[in-house]
Amino acid sequence: MPGLEESRVEELEEIARRVRVHIVKSTHEAGSGHPGGSLSATDILTALYFEIMDHRPEEPEWPKRDRLVLSKGHAAPALYGVLAESGYFPVEELMTLRKLGSRLQGHPHVKTTPGVDASTGSLGQGLSIASGMALAARLDRESYRVFAICGDGEIQSGQIWEAAMFASHNKLDNLIVFLDRNKLQIDGSTEEVMSIEPIISKWSSFGWHVLEINGHDMDQIVDAVDRAEEVHGEPTIIVSHTIKGKGVPFMEGSLAFHGKAANDEQLETALKALGENDGGDY
Amino acid sequence: MWEMAKQRDAYGEALVELGRERDDIVVVGADLCGSCRVTNFGDEFPERMFNTGIAEQNMTGVSAGLALSGKTVFSSTFAVFATGRAYDQVRQSIAYPELDVKIVSTHAGITVGGDGASHQMLEDIALMRVLPNMKVVAPADYHESRKATFAVSENEGPFYLRMGRSSVPIVTEEETSFEIGEASVLKEGSDVTLIGTGIMVSECLKAAEMLNKQEDIDARVLNMSTIKPLDEKSIVKSAKETGGIVTAEEHVVSQGMGSGIAQVLSESDYHVPMKRVGIPNVFGESGESDELMEKYGLTAEHIVESAHDVLERR
Repeated sequence: MPGLEESRVEELEEIARRVRVHIVKSTHEAGSGHPGGSLSATDILTALYFEIMDHRPEEPEWPKRDRLVLSKGHAAPALYGVLAESGYFPVEELMTLRKLGSRLQGHPHVKTTPGVDASTGSLGQGLSIASGMALAARLDRESYRVFAICGDGEIQSGQIWEAAMFASHNKLDNLIVFLDRNKLQIDGSTEEVMSIEPIISKWSSFGWHVLEINGHDMDQIVDAVDRAEEVHGEPTIIVSHTIKGKGVPFMEGSLAFHGKAANDEQLETALKALGENDGGDY
Repeated sequence: MWEMAKQRDAYGEALVELGRERDDIVVVGADLCGSCRVTNFGDEFPERMFNTGIAEQNMTGVSAGLALSGKTVFSSTFAVFATGRAYDQVRQSIAYPELDVKIVSTHAGITVGGDGASHQMLEDIALMRVLPNMKVVAPADYHESRKATFAVSENEGPFYLRMGRSSVPIVTEEETSFEIGEASVLKEGSDVTLIGTGIMVSECLKAAEMLNKQEDIDARVLNMSTIKPLDEKSIVKSAKETGGIVTAEEHVVSQGMGSGIAQVLSESDYHVPMKRVGIPNVFGESGESDELMEKYGLTAEHIVESAHDVLERR
């Protein structure tokens, strides 16, 4: 297995670092948002938009593009960070997150933000939308792929399992889902609130091809998609072990920053930890 | 008397024709494909027909995904499930992004009959008309169901198209044109206006005839097949010209078509007496359609009574 060149991994990690800076700063500026679950999904999103997906920032509606449905819509700051880094809109615009009149709504909205492929935010709905997109690709004999990112707490929702059944019944092998397994939801650990384990056997028994990776390892993320591509007749779910708040030590594994932004002091600490010593004015 | 036919038969037939005309038309069902009459489409275009099984929330989301990929989607199940079970999915995944999904329900209203309250959806107009971006159409009969199916396919964006289970009188002409947002005058009159939607249009026509025969009251009858956007011009014109309004719908009177019309009138210059015929804010029960119509206040007699009330208050 050749894997990514070391220098490429470093490039991707540098982009992910910048995206983390965007997440911390934009939610701080907004005074609200969900940094924890955004930081856990950052490496997956970075690998998708900078290594895996075929897309055109200069032509967001390009019909043959690969799609991404951020089913855990509260990780919007991470998606916006990646889209801005890709060139869909200026990086400076990230500071308008959640503000009146902004194109960057609190949760992703297909009508306002270039590069956003689906409106999400009410958890549990994105996998159905992604399944519909994958069906359409097959119907149109197009080779684009549909990616979705689901939260781990999100799979407590019944609609996820309706969609899980549907995607495997329809053999949607052009659908690849990342499960952001950061182990926490707003009320506590997933296993305390409503246990979702055993995840692997649940999805296997629903007819899915299941992979398990470290969701912060660029090489593993890219490799998992390669392996998913080799499978025919089954959708793939990549159970990605992640750390909520990854990259900002005081947010890592912390429930407090599920749905709360950093204050001024915390912002400074966070930026320092992310190697952003100049405060990073846009 | 009028010929009888099922609205959903017209829908199913129109859908097949649409499928022949346009290859971007797709249909999603949730196990009730036969009841909703979409199986003929599936037989002719199997690759464009998807069945989610008994999973209306997923049906709604899959419809959104197909629409986001350039399809015009007809998503069909019973009214109670299409609008109630999947309300949040309709709101978030279809109405908010304003997708080209036509939610076509059958088995709306109390005339579902024997299935009882669990399946008699009496609140769907309220649920759908309050949603931003959503348009609501309730055809009166077989011909209008056919025309409405074509009309919603030609108008981009989310629609809720409401039909019943039973055979209902054919009260419109095959040839007359059908425009979304336009009420049609089925009978001219100057003493009072009866505004019906869906299967209550025929009851309005019966009521008009009774009023005419028994008391020489000349009632106008409007078919309000589009509930949202309401044809405000026709409503205000009728209020001005006839001085009284009776509305009739197979739906709870609170928050239905009649409520919408009351809102229009209250903000107009013509505060004429008005009475809404419909189901009180209660659940239904099992019974034959005609028995239920009688018990829950949906017959021509009830409309006549309401017309008297309006005339007395004028």
